[in-house]
Amino acid sequence: MRRIAAILLTCMVGFGPIPVHAVQPDEIMADPAKEARARDLSRELRCMVCQNQSIDDSEAPLARDLRLLVRERISAGDSDRQVIDFLVARYGEYVLLKPRVERQTLLLWLLTPLALGGGALGLWWQHRRREQLAERDGEVKLSLTPEEEARLEKLLAAQASDKPR
Amino acid sequence: MIAEFGHYALVLALALALIQSTVPVIGAQLRDPALMNVARSTALAQLLFVAISFGALVMLHVLSDFSVANVYENSHSLKPLIYKITGVWGNHEGSMLLWVSILALFGGLVAAFGNNLPLSLRANALAVQGWVSTAFYLFILLTSNPFVRLAVPPIEGRDLNPILQDPGLAVHPPMLYLGYVGFSISFSFAIAALIEGRIDAAWARWVRPWTLMAWVFLTLGIAMGSYWAYYELGWGGWWFWDPVENASLMPWLAGTALLHSAVVMEKRNALKVWTVLLAILTFSLSLLGTFLVRSGVLTSVHAFATDPTRGVFILLILCIFIGGSLSLYAWRASSLKQGGLFAPISREGALVLNNLLLSTACATVFIGTLYPLGLEVLTGERISVGAPFFNLTFAPLFVPLLLALPFGPLMAWKRGDLLGAAQRLYAAGIAALIAIAVLWAWTRGGSTLAPLAIGLAVFVIAGALTDLAERMMLFRVPLSIALRRAFGLPRASWGTVFAHAGVGVALIGIVCESTWNTELITTLKPGDVARVAGYELKLDSINQRQGPNFGEMLAHFTVSEGGRTIGAMAPSKRSFTTRAMSTTEAALLSRGASQLYISLGDTAASGAIAVRIYHKPMVLLIWFGPVLMAFGGLLSLSDRRLRVGAPKPARAAHLQPAE
Repeated sequence: MRRIAAILLTCMVGFGPIPVHAVQPDEIMADPAKEARARDLSRELRCMVCQNQSIDDSEAPLARDLRLLVRERISAGDSDRQVIDFLVARYGEYVLLKPRVERQTLLLWLLTPLALGGGALGLWWQHRRREQLAERDGEVKLSLTPEEEARLEKLLAAQASDKPR
Repeated sequence: MIAEFGHYALVLALALALIQSTVPVIGAQLRDPALMNVARSTALAQLLFVAISFGALVMLHVLSDFSVANVYENSHSLKPLIYKITGVWGNHEGSMLLWVSILALFGGLVAAFGNNLPLSLRANALAVQGWVSTAFYLFILLTSNPFVRLAVPPIEGRDLNPILQDPGLAVHPPMLYLGYVGFSISFSFAIAALIEGRIDAAWARWVRPWTLMAWVFLTLGIAMGSYWAYYELGWGGWWFWDPVENASLMPWLAGTALLHSAVVMEKRNALKVWTVLLAILTFSLSLLGTFLVRSGVLTSVHAFATDPTRGVFILLILCIFIGGSLSLYAWRASSLKQGGLFAPISREGALVLNNLLLSTACATVFIGTLYPLGLEVLTGERISVGAPFFNLTFAPLFVPLLLALPFGPLMAWKRGDLLGAAQRLYAAGIAALIAIAVLWAWTRGGSTLAPLAIGLAVFVIAGALTDLAERMMLFRVPLSIALRRAFGLPRASWGTVFAHAGVGVALIGIVCESTWNTELITTLKPGDVARVAGYELKLDSINQRQGPNFGEMLAHFTVSEGGRTIGAMAPSKRSFTTRAMSTTEAALLSRGASQLYISLGDTAASGAIAVRIYHKPMVLLIWFGPVLMAFGGLLSLSDRRLRVGAPKPARAAHLQPAE
């Protein structure tokens, strides 16, 4: 859907998708374990000329170049971390679909736990406040006089004898 | 003539909207019924004129009047009729006209069916509706007029983007807009309540059906869009965490929270202030979605900066409505009285937890979508926030939500019994453990998380069924009485069961698809056989075909399983000459809830063709779940409690379960 809505957008701007496929047969590495690593890495990397597409999904020629580059680094013996570092050094943080935790992305990463924690804290605080208020009111309103208690007992007893179950 | 007619009708609708925005508010202040009733007639007349305007644009597209810029840019005389009609909203101007048409439709519905509302509430709510429509009529007329003529009419149009030439376009945007814009009703009611300074359980009862209706449409619209992307885009993805998708997910998350908090407000007169805030936020997020998609800001901040008229206009609308409504809220919310007390462990408490988690999820989507834009504007630095970020942050929010889900309906109002609810969920828990154990044994050495996630889904489904069984008093009374009780249950209770089970069903689909998806990328020549997940797919032939406005290359596959032919699949690639673009049409073959999926790549000089073949187990459940949810919503909508305006004692009281 997003692609379709995105195309509603992009067609106004004036570029359409290029009719090439994402991962093509000739790109696949012989070693299945390495290929699997390449695919996993590709899903975390952005195709920089596309709208929020990973290079694994993208049909753009640039994405193909990047996929080949990732595979090249993997066959050269790089670890996943080294491949990522290499790409970031070359293309900047923009290439990562999951930004690293840094000073300028701190708010992005912390908002979810902060919202959850803050919300829970707020709820707890409000609950306590209302309970205290209710307690204060309750002391005045809810305590029955001994006469009332006796009347209540009588009423309950009468009701119970009316409707034996 | 038709274009001018449509244009004029739209201007008249604007004039009516201006009257609707002012007169009823004055009437409500003066307590003058005649002035307040103006809202009703203007809302209905506005609907009429917008319908005329929309009809005119449809007519122009059907007649292929290329002297109109919008038709020239998005249509072609050879385009099939259905795409001539759906192409009306397959572009910026037309989709905005659809937006205001649906807004007018909802206004008209409130005017026509809102006879049970207090006069002043209806007048104020329709006036707020009028403010929104005024803003958007101005937007269309000043920046995105679909009726602009070209000085020199061209002979042929530029055709609609081929990817949009699909039946999906007929359903997806209207559904999505019915959802987006439908939330304007709860917004208008919330603002009206703040203006009047009075809000009670009855308010929640009036607002709930409208919210529910919008939610049902939005759920179906999102699911439909996801399925469309799945089969149209050719690599089998169904959710991409793209900003445009997130724009529709945010109002859905907030709307789901709103539905649940409105329940508390209706039944227990509590959470009023929060419900009003959610109603405001939900529609604000719909407006934000409209801004994100329509302003071009997503393509790039720079694209927005080079042609900012439209973007700035919507941003202005956004600021006025969100800022205005939140200020009004801050000013008046303290005057709303808090209602019923409840213990943390109670039905209310469970619904509050639901709201906390859904709102946090919504905030996560919000920050993930807007953070890159904000950072770029502020520091010029560019970062990407994509699927890996959202997958990582969403799981910790949804696991507790789904774990708690079955407990909610089993809890009593005011003060619940957690242990009691847990005891009643024994069976559901055991079912989940069995599912986990079986899957673990079956997929030994595979993913450890997937069986756990499916166990969670089974727990949610079984929990929903437990709720039903409890209400029927199944196994505690004779079966015939239990069945009678089942029929006597309020439809809203059935709705809850279906909607909650739908969540579990969708989760099963998501987990199966993403864990046990098999993929084969290869090149095939006619006569070659590909083997995927126990199926054999033989490429019989490749041939060419001419469609109405495209040329097509079809590959014919015969699919067999264990030597027995089970079907044929014909994926194709279409090339559209007018736009010099091509699309891949994937072929799908359903086996139960699982699907085989083939899409074509490039042809090599040797005559071999690149193909991607997927086997996607249980993939259809991903969309069947939301359909169940929407069905639950519809059932709940048909509940007599919501149809009948004022609370009346139920006639069949002896069949009603004690809540």
